[in-house]
Amino acid sequence: MKYLVSMLIGVLLGVFLFVAGMYYNPFSERQAVSPLAMLDDERLDVTYTAVPGETILYTDNGESIISTHPDRVAELWEPAIVDTRIAVNLLTDSRGEAVGLGIKFSSDSEQTRLISSQVLVNSAWHIYVPGQGTLFVDQIENYWSYLREVVVPARWSSGDNWKGSFFRVMTQGPNALGTARVTGGNGNFAGMSGEAVESLTAQAYSAIDGPVSMDGSLTITVPQATSESE
Amino acid sequence: MFKTFYFGIALGLLGAFVLTYSVPVVDLHREPSLISVRPNGGNAETYRIDLPRDRILVGLAGVDNALPAGLDWPEEALFGDLQTEMFKVRDRNDVVIGVASRLASASEAIGAFIEWTVHLPARGTVYLQMDVAPSAEGHRNGRLVAGTREFETLSGTVIEQYITDFKDEDLNVDGRIELITAFVGQLSDEE
Repeated sequence: MKYLVSMLIGVLLGVFLFVAGMYYNPFSERQAVSPLAMLDDERLDVTYTAVPGETILYTDNGESIISTHPDRVAELWEPAIVDTRIAVNLLTDSRGEAVGLGIKFSSDSEQTRLISSQVLVNSAWHIYVPGQGTLFVDQIENYWSYLREVVVPARWSSGDNWKGSFFRVMTQGPNALGTARVTGGNGNFAGMSGEAVESLTAQAYSAIDGPVSMDGSLTITVPQATSESE
Repeated sequence: MFKTFYFGIALGLLGAFVLTYSVPVVDLHREPSLISVRPNGGNAETYRIDLPRDRILVGLAGVDNALPAGLDWPEEALFGDLQTEMFKVRDRNDVVIGVASRLASASEAIGAFIEWTVHLPARGTVYLQMDVAPSAEGHRNGRLVAGTREFETLSGTVIEQYITDFKDEDLNVDGRIELITAFVGQLSDEE
Protein backbone atom coordinates (compact mmCIF):
# COMPACT_ATOMS: atom_id res chain seq x y z
CA MET A 1 0.00 0.00 0.00
CA LYS A 2 2.78 2.43 0.94
CA TYR A 3 4.40 1.82 -2.44
CA LEU A 4 1.18 2.75 -4.17
CA VAL A 5 0.83 5.93 -2.10
CA SER A 6 4.43 6.97 -2.71
CA MET A 7 3.99 6.27 -6.44
CA LEU A 8 0.83 8.38 -6.49
CA ILE A 9 2.48 11.27 -4.65
CA GLY A 10 5.42 11.01 -7.03
CA VAL A 11 3.16 11.15 -10.09
CA LEU A 12 1.31 14.18 -8.72
CA LEU A 13 4.61 15.89 -7.94
CA GLY A 14 5.86 15.08 -11.44
CA VAL A 15 2.76 16.60 -13.03
CA PHE A 16 3.09 19.65 -10.76
CA LEU A 17 6.75 20.11 -11.67
CA PHE A 18 5.92 19.83 -15.36
CA VAL A 19 3.12 22.41 -15.14
CA ALA A 20 5.31 24.75 -13.08
CA GLY A 21 8.15 24.39 -15.58
CA MET A 22 5.80 25.14 -18.45
CA TYR A 23 4.27 28.13 -16.67
CA TYR A 24 7.57 29.68 -15.61
CA ASN A 25 9.39 28.73 -18.81
CA PRO A 26 12.07 31.43 -19.09
CA PHE A 27 12.36 30.89 -22.84
CA SER A 28 8.72 31.73 -23.56
CA GLU A 29 7.87 34.52 -25.96
CA ARG A 30 8.21 37.98 -24.40
CA GLN A 31 8.29 40.32 -27.36
CA ALA A 32 7.72 43.87 -26.14
CA VAL A 33 9.21 45.83 -29.05
CA SER A 34 7.35 46.19 -32.31
CA PRO A 35 9.23 44.76 -35.31
CA LEU A 36 8.00 47.83 -37.21
CA ALA A 37 9.62 50.27 -34.76
CA MET A 38 12.83 50.45 -36.76
CA LEU A 39 11.19 51.05 -40.12
CA ASP A 40 11.05 54.50 -41.67
CA ASP A 41 7.86 53.76 -43.63
CA GLU A 42 4.86 56.00 -43.21
CA ARG A 43 2.64 54.52 -40.52
CA LEU A 44 -0.94 54.61 -39.43
CA ASP A 45 -1.19 54.32 -35.63
CA VAL A 46 -4.61 53.73 -34.15
CA THR A 47 -5.80 52.69 -30.72
CA TYR A 48 -9.04 51.18 -29.50
CA THR A 49 -10.57 50.13 -26.23
CA ALA A 50 -10.15 46.45 -25.39
CA VAL A 51 -12.88 46.61 -22.73
CA PRO A 52 -15.84 44.87 -24.39
CA GLY A 53 -18.46 47.05 -22.64
CA GLU A 54 -16.87 50.17 -24.14
CA THR A 55 -16.79 48.93 -27.73
CA ILE A 56 -19.52 49.60 -30.31
CA LEU A 57 -20.31 45.89 -30.31
CA TYR A 58 -18.82 42.77 -28.79
CA THR A 59 -20.14 39.25 -29.03
CA ASP A 60 -18.97 35.71 -28.35
CA ASN A 61 -20.62 32.39 -27.46
CA GLY A 62 -22.30 33.96 -24.41
CA GLU A 63 -20.68 31.56 -21.94
CA SER A 64 -17.48 33.44 -21.16
CA ILE A 65 -17.09 35.74 -18.15
CA ILE A 66 -17.17 38.70 -20.54
CA SER A 67 -20.62 40.17 -21.17
CA THR A 68 -21.69 40.76 -24.74
CA HIS A 69 -22.45 44.35 -25.74
CA PRO A 70 -25.09 45.62 -26.37
CA ASP A 71 -27.07 43.18 -24.25
CA ARG A 72 -29.31 41.93 -27.04
CA VAL A 73 -26.65 41.23 -29.64
CA ALA A 74 -26.82 37.78 -31.26
CA GLU A 75 -24.49 35.30 -29.62
CA LEU A 76 -22.18 33.00 -31.56
CA TRP A 77 -23.39 29.71 -30.08
CA GLU A 78 -23.39 27.54 -33.21
CA PRO A 79 -20.71 24.77 -33.04
CA ALA A 80 -18.63 26.12 -35.95
CA ILE A 81 -18.32 29.62 -34.46
CA VAL A 82 -18.42 28.84 -30.75
CA ASP A 83 -14.70 29.70 -30.40
CA THR A 84 -15.06 32.98 -32.29
CA ARG A 85 -15.35 36.53 -30.99
CA ILE A 86 -16.31 39.71 -32.83
CA ALA A 87 -15.52 43.25 -31.71
CA VAL A 88 -16.53 46.41 -33.55
CA ASN A 89 -14.29 49.25 -32.45
CA LEU A 90 -13.96 52.96 -32.94
CA LEU A 91 -10.33 53.54 -33.90
CA THR A 92 -8.74 56.70 -32.46
CA ASP A 93 -5.50 58.53 -33.08
CA SER A 94 -2.93 59.57 -30.47
CA ARG A 95 -5.08 62.58 -29.48
CA GLY A 96 -8.10 60.39 -28.87
CA GLU A 97 -10.01 61.56 -31.92
CA ALA A 98 -11.94 58.98 -33.91
CA VAL A 99 -10.25 58.20 -37.22
CA GLY A 100 -11.85 54.95 -38.33
CA LEU A 101 -13.91 51.86 -37.75
CA GLY A 102 -12.45 48.42 -37.17
CA ILE A 103 -14.20 45.06 -37.11
CA LYS A 104 -12.12 42.32 -35.53
CA PHE A 105 -12.87 38.61 -35.95
CA SER A 106 -10.88 36.35 -33.60
CA SER A 107 -10.93 32.57 -33.43
CA ASP A 108 -8.91 30.23 -31.26
CA SER A 109 -6.23 28.51 -33.33
CA GLU A 110 -5.70 24.78 -33.57
CA GLN A 111 -1.96 25.53 -33.68
CA THR A 112 -2.10 26.39 -29.95
CA ARG A 113 0.66 24.53 -28.07
CA LEU A 114 0.92 25.17 -24.34
CA ILE A 115 4.18 23.24 -24.18
CA SER A 116 5.85 25.92 -26.31
CA SER A 117 4.01 28.88 -24.72
CA GLN A 118 1.79 29.36 -27.74
CA VAL A 119 -1.82 30.34 -27.05
CA LEU A 120 -2.65 31.32 -30.60
CA VAL A 121 -5.60 33.19 -32.06
CA ASN A 122 -6.30 33.71 -35.76
CA SER A 123 -7.70 37.18 -36.21
CA ALA A 124 -8.75 39.40 -39.08
CA TRP A 125 -9.47 43.13 -39.09
CA HIS A 126 -11.79 44.80 -41.59
CA ILE A 127 -10.94 48.50 -41.33
CA TYR A 128 -12.50 51.67 -42.77
CA VAL A 129 -10.65 54.98 -42.53
CA PRO A 130 -12.85 57.86 -43.77
CA GLY A 131 -11.22 59.85 -46.54
CA GLN A 132 -8.50 57.21 -47.01
CA GLY A 133 -10.00 53.83 -47.73
CA THR A 134 -10.37 50.28 -46.48
CA LEU A 135 -7.90 47.68 -45.26
CA PHE A 136 -7.82 43.99 -44.42
CA VAL A 137 -5.38 42.79 -41.76
CA ASP A 138 -4.66 39.10 -41.27
CA GLN A 139 -2.70 38.06 -38.20
CA ILE A 140 -1.81 35.33 -35.74
CA GLU A 141 -1.72 36.52 -32.13
CA ASN A 142 -0.15 34.87 -29.11
CA TYR A 143 -2.01 35.37 -25.82
CA TRP A 144 0.39 33.34 -23.64
CA SER A 145 1.93 36.40 -21.94
CA TYR A 146 -1.50 37.93 -21.41
CA LEU A 147 -2.81 34.75 -19.77
CA ARG A 148 0.28 34.28 -17.63
CA GLU A 149 0.77 37.86 -16.49
CA VAL A 150 -2.80 39.15 -16.29
CA VAL A 151 -5.53 36.49 -16.36
CA VAL A 152 -3.95 33.83 -14.10
CA PRO A 153 -2.73 36.33 -11.45
CA ALA A 154 -6.26 37.81 -11.38
CA ARG A 155 -7.71 34.36 -10.70
CA TRP A 156 -5.15 33.65 -8.01
CA SER A 157 -5.77 36.99 -6.34
CA SER A 158 -8.00 36.90 -3.27
CA GLY A 159 -9.86 39.91 -4.68
CA ASP A 160 -10.37 38.22 -8.05
CA ASN A 161 -8.66 41.07 -9.84
CA TRP A 162 -5.32 42.18 -11.23
CA LYS A 163 -3.88 45.68 -11.34
CA GLY A 164 -0.56 46.57 -12.81
CA SER A 165 1.14 47.47 -16.02
CA PHE A 166 1.15 45.07 -18.94
CA PHE A 167 2.32 45.80 -22.46
CA ARG A 168 2.96 43.21 -25.15
CA VAL A 169 3.08 42.93 -28.89
CA MET A 170 0.41 40.31 -29.54
CA THR A 171 1.07 39.77 -33.26
CA GLN A 172 3.23 36.76 -34.03
CA GLY A 173 2.60 36.24 -37.73
CA PRO A 174 1.94 35.19 -40.40
CA ASN A 175 4.84 37.20 -41.88
CA ALA A 176 8.37 35.97 -41.23
CA LEU A 177 9.27 38.92 -38.99
CA GLY A 178 6.27 38.27 -36.78
CA THR A 179 4.11 40.93 -38.37
CA ALA A 180 0.57 40.84 -39.69
CA ARG A 181 -0.25 40.90 -43.41
CA VAL A 182 -2.10 43.98 -44.65
CA THR A 183 -4.05 44.19 -47.91
CA GLY A 184 -5.40 47.47 -49.19
CA GLY A 185 -9.01 47.49 -50.32
CA ASN A 186 -10.45 50.73 -51.63
CA GLY A 187 -9.57 54.41 -51.82
CA ASN A 188 -5.93 55.37 -51.34
CA PHE A 189 -5.11 51.85 -50.18
CA ALA A 190 -6.42 50.09 -53.32
CA GLY A 191 -4.05 47.49 -54.72
CA MET A 192 -1.49 47.90 -51.97
CA SER A 193 0.04 45.62 -49.36
CA GLY A 194 1.85 46.21 -46.10
CA GLU A 195 2.53 44.99 -42.57
CA ALA A 196 1.00 45.63 -39.18
CA VAL A 197 1.54 44.91 -35.51
CA GLU A 198 -1.06 44.85 -32.76
CA SER A 199 -0.21 45.40 -29.11
CA LEU A 200 -2.13 45.32 -25.87
CA THR A 201 -1.79 47.59 -22.84
CA ALA A 202 -3.58 46.55 -19.64
CA GLN A 203 -3.90 48.22 -16.27
CA ALA A 204 -6.74 46.30 -14.62
CA TYR A 205 -8.48 42.95 -15.12
CA SER A 206 -11.26 41.28 -13.17
CA ALA A 207 -11.53 37.50 -12.94
CA ILE A 208 -15.30 38.00 -12.70
CA ASP A 209 -15.99 40.56 -15.45
CA GLY A 210 -12.93 40.39 -17.70
CA PRO A 211 -10.93 43.43 -18.89
CA VAL A 212 -11.50 46.58 -16.79
CA SER A 213 -8.86 48.95 -18.13
CA MET A 214 -7.27 47.79 -21.34
CA ASP A 215 -6.38 49.31 -24.71
CA GLY A 216 -5.21 47.84 -27.96
CA SER A 217 -3.23 49.54 -30.65
CA LEU A 218 -2.55 48.80 -34.26
CA THR A 219 0.49 50.05 -36.12
CA ILE A 220 0.06 49.69 -39.86
CA THR A 221 2.76 50.55 -42.35
CA VAL A 222 0.85 52.51 -44.94
CA PRO A 223 0.50 49.94 -47.68
CA GLN A 224 2.87 50.07 -50.63
CA ALA A 225 1.77 49.45 -54.21
CA THR A 226 1.98 45.77 -55.15
CA SER A 227 4.24 45.38 -58.16
CA GLU A 228 2.84 43.80 -61.31
CA SER A 229 5.46 41.05 -61.21
CA GLU A 230 3.95 39.74 -58.00
CA MET B 1 9.97 3.07 -1.41
CA PHE B 2 12.06 6.07 -2.53
CA LYS B 3 12.75 4.35 -5.83
CA THR B 4 8.98 4.05 -6.35
CA PHE B 5 8.57 7.70 -5.44
CA TYR B 6 11.21 8.85 -7.95
CA PHE B 7 9.73 6.56 -10.56
CA GLY B 8 6.34 8.22 -9.89
CA ILE B 9 7.86 11.67 -10.44
CA ALA B 10 9.37 10.56 -13.75
CA LEU B 11 6.08 8.96 -14.74
CA GLY B 12 4.18 12.15 -13.87
CA LEU B 13 6.60 14.31 -15.86
CA LEU B 14 6.47 11.99 -18.86
CA GLY B 15 2.69 11.59 -18.69
CA ALA B 16 2.09 15.33 -18.47
CA PHE B 17 4.48 15.90 -21.38
CA VAL B 18 2.82 13.29 -23.57
CA LEU B 19 -0.64 14.59 -22.70
CA THR B 20 0.29 18.23 -23.37
CA TYR B 21 2.10 17.36 -26.58
CA SER B 22 -0.46 15.05 -28.10
CA VAL B 23 -3.88 16.32 -26.99
CA PRO B 24 -4.96 19.44 -28.90
CA VAL B 25 -6.04 22.33 -26.67
CA VAL B 26 -8.26 23.74 -29.40
CA ASP B 27 -10.34 21.41 -31.55
CA LEU B 28 -12.56 23.48 -33.83
CA HIS B 29 -15.82 22.07 -35.08
CA ARG B 30 -15.75 21.44 -38.82
CA GLU B 31 -18.62 21.09 -41.20
CA PRO B 32 -17.88 19.26 -44.45
CA SER B 33 -16.94 21.79 -47.15
CA LEU B 34 -19.68 21.65 -49.80
CA ILE B 35 -17.54 22.41 -52.81
CA SER B 36 -18.27 21.53 -56.43
CA VAL B 37 -15.66 21.39 -59.15
CA ARG B 38 -16.26 23.72 -62.07
CA PRO B 39 -15.91 22.31 -65.59
CA ASN B 40 -13.33 24.95 -66.56
CA GLY B 41 -11.27 24.53 -63.40
CA GLY B 42 -11.51 25.81 -59.86
CA ASN B 43 -13.97 25.18 -57.07
CA ALA B 44 -17.39 26.69 -56.54
CA GLU B 45 -18.91 27.16 -53.10
CA THR B 46 -22.07 28.91 -51.97
CA TYR B 47 -22.39 30.83 -48.71
CA ARG B 48 -25.89 31.75 -47.55
CA ILE B 49 -27.20 34.41 -45.22
CA ASP B 50 -30.84 34.18 -44.17
CA LEU B 51 -32.49 37.51 -43.40
CA PRO B 52 -33.26 38.60 -40.82
CA ARG B 53 -32.32 35.67 -38.58
CA ASP B 54 -28.58 35.78 -39.44
CA ARG B 55 -28.13 39.52 -38.94
CA ILE B 56 -25.79 40.46 -36.10
CA LEU B 57 -25.32 44.16 -36.81
CA VAL B 58 -26.80 46.90 -38.95
CA GLY B 59 -24.89 50.13 -38.42
CA LEU B 60 -25.85 53.24 -40.35
CA ALA B 61 -25.92 56.80 -39.08
CA GLY B 62 -29.28 58.52 -38.86
CA VAL B 63 -31.55 55.47 -38.97
CA ASP B 64 -33.89 54.26 -36.26
CA ASN B 65 -33.75 50.54 -37.00
CA ALA B 66 -30.13 49.88 -36.06
CA LEU B 67 -29.43 46.34 -34.93
CA PRO B 68 -28.98 45.12 -32.23
CA ALA B 69 -31.27 47.19 -30.01
CA GLY B 70 -29.26 49.59 -27.90
CA LEU B 71 -26.47 49.95 -30.48
CA ASP B 72 -24.68 53.28 -30.08
CA TRP B 73 -23.57 53.92 -33.66
CA PRO B 74 -21.20 56.85 -34.36
CA GLU B 75 -22.70 60.04 -35.80
CA GLU B 76 -22.96 60.71 -39.51
CA ALA B 77 -20.26 63.40 -39.39
CA LEU B 78 -17.66 60.69 -38.79
CA PHE B 79 -18.49 57.84 -41.15
CA GLY B 80 -20.90 59.56 -43.54
CA ASP B 81 -23.14 57.09 -45.34
CA LEU B 82 -21.05 54.04 -44.43
CA GLN B 83 -23.33 51.04 -43.96
CA THR B 84 -21.87 48.32 -41.81
CA GLU B 85 -23.51 44.92 -41.55
CA MET B 86 -22.45 41.69 -39.90
CA PHE B 87 -23.98 38.28 -40.38
CA LYS B 88 -23.71 34.63 -39.55
CA VAL B 89 -22.84 32.64 -42.67
CA ARG B 90 -24.34 29.27 -43.64
CA ASP B 91 -23.28 26.60 -46.09
CA ARG B 92 -25.50 25.03 -48.76
CA ASN B 93 -27.07 22.80 -46.10
CA ASP B 94 -28.08 25.88 -44.04
CA VAL B 95 -25.60 25.07 -41.28
CA VAL B 96 -23.76 28.03 -39.75
CA ILE B 97 -20.07 27.82 -40.66
CA GLY B 98 -18.79 31.35 -40.07
CA VAL B 99 -19.40 35.07 -39.75
CA ALA B 100 -19.07 37.96 -42.17
CA SER B 101 -18.93 41.73 -42.37
CA ARG B 102 -20.14 43.86 -45.27
CA LEU B 103 -19.08 47.49 -45.67
CA ALA B 104 -20.77 49.71 -48.26
CA SER B 105 -20.40 53.40 -48.94
CA ALA B 106 -21.09 55.89 -51.72
CA SER B 107 -18.34 58.18 -50.43
CA GLU B 108 -17.15 60.71 -52.98
CA ALA B 109 -13.84 61.16 -51.19
CA ILE B 110 -12.58 57.63 -51.84
CA GLY B 111 -15.16 56.37 -54.31
CA ALA B 112 -18.13 54.11 -53.76
CA PHE B 113 -17.37 50.58 -52.62
CA ILE B 114 -18.95 47.37 -51.39
CA GLU B 115 -16.78 44.72 -49.76
CA TRP B 116 -17.05 41.59 -47.67
CA THR B 117 -14.90 39.81 -45.14
CA VAL B 118 -16.01 36.22 -44.60
CA HIS B 119 -14.41 34.52 -41.58
CA LEU B 120 -14.66 30.73 -41.39
CA PRO B 121 -12.87 29.78 -38.12
CA ALA B 122 -11.77 26.29 -39.13
CA ARG B 123 -10.67 27.29 -42.64
CA GLY B 124 -9.60 30.93 -42.96
CA THR B 125 -10.86 34.32 -44.05
CA VAL B 126 -11.59 35.81 -47.45
CA TYR B 127 -11.63 39.51 -48.34
CA LEU B 128 -13.94 40.24 -51.28
CA GLN B 129 -14.55 43.36 -53.34
CA MET B 130 -17.77 43.80 -55.26
CA ASP B 131 -18.69 45.94 -58.23
CA VAL B 132 -20.94 48.74 -57.04
CA ALA B 133 -23.29 48.53 -60.03
CA PRO B 134 -25.33 45.32 -60.37
CA SER B 135 -25.00 43.24 -63.52
CA ALA B 136 -27.72 42.98 -66.14
CA GLU B 137 -28.82 39.73 -64.45
CA GLY B 138 -29.43 41.60 -61.20
CA HIS B 139 -26.52 40.28 -59.13
CA ARG B 140 -23.18 41.85 -58.26
CA ASN B 141 -19.88 40.54 -59.48
CA GLY B 142 -16.76 40.71 -57.39
CA ARG B 143 -13.33 39.23 -56.83
CA LEU B 144 -11.17 37.72 -54.14
CA VAL B 145 -8.66 40.35 -53.01
CA ALA B 146 -6.98 38.39 -50.21
CA GLY B 147 -7.37 35.13 -48.35
CA THR B 148 -5.83 33.53 -45.30
CA ARG B 149 -4.84 29.94 -44.49
CA GLU B 150 -6.91 27.65 -46.76
CA PHE B 151 -7.66 30.58 -49.08
CA GLU B 152 -4.21 32.16 -49.04
CA THR B 153 -3.02 30.98 -52.44
CA LEU B 154 -6.36 31.19 -54.22
CA SER B 155 -7.71 33.75 -56.63
CA GLY B 156 -11.10 34.01 -58.22
CA THR B 157 -14.45 35.65 -58.48
CA VAL B 158 -17.62 35.94 -56.45
CA ILE B 159 -21.26 36.70 -57.13
CA GLU B 160 -23.50 38.43 -54.58
CA GLN B 161 -27.19 37.95 -55.13
CA TYR B 162 -30.25 38.77 -53.07
CA ILE B 163 -33.10 36.27 -53.27
CA THR B 164 -36.44 37.75 -52.32
CA ASP B 165 -38.70 34.82 -53.11
CA PHE B 166 -37.28 32.67 -50.33
CA LYS B 167 -39.50 32.82 -47.26
CA ASP B 168 -39.91 30.63 -44.20
CA GLU B 169 -41.99 32.02 -41.36
CA ASP B 170 -41.02 29.21 -38.99
CA LEU B 171 -37.34 30.09 -39.37
CA ASN B 172 -37.95 33.85 -39.42
CA VAL B 173 -36.61 34.15 -42.97
CA ASP B 174 -37.99 36.53 -45.58
CA GLY B 175 -34.99 36.87 -47.87
CA ARG B 176 -31.56 35.45 -48.51
CA ILE B 177 -28.16 36.72 -49.59
CA GLU B 178 -26.01 34.27 -51.51
CA LEU B 179 -22.30 34.61 -52.08
CA ILE B 180 -21.23 32.20 -54.81
CA THR B 181 -17.46 31.91 -54.99
CA ALA B 182 -15.37 30.42 -57.78
CA PHE B 183 -11.78 30.10 -56.58
CA VAL B 184 -8.82 28.53 -58.28
CA GLY B 185 -5.37 27.69 -56.93
CA GLN B 186 -2.24 29.19 -58.44
CA LEU B 187 0.08 26.93 -60.37
CA SER B 188 3.42 26.47 -58.68
CA ASP B 189 6.72 26.84 -60.56
CA GLU B 190 7.25 23.09 -60.47
CA GLU B 191 4.03 22.54 -62.36
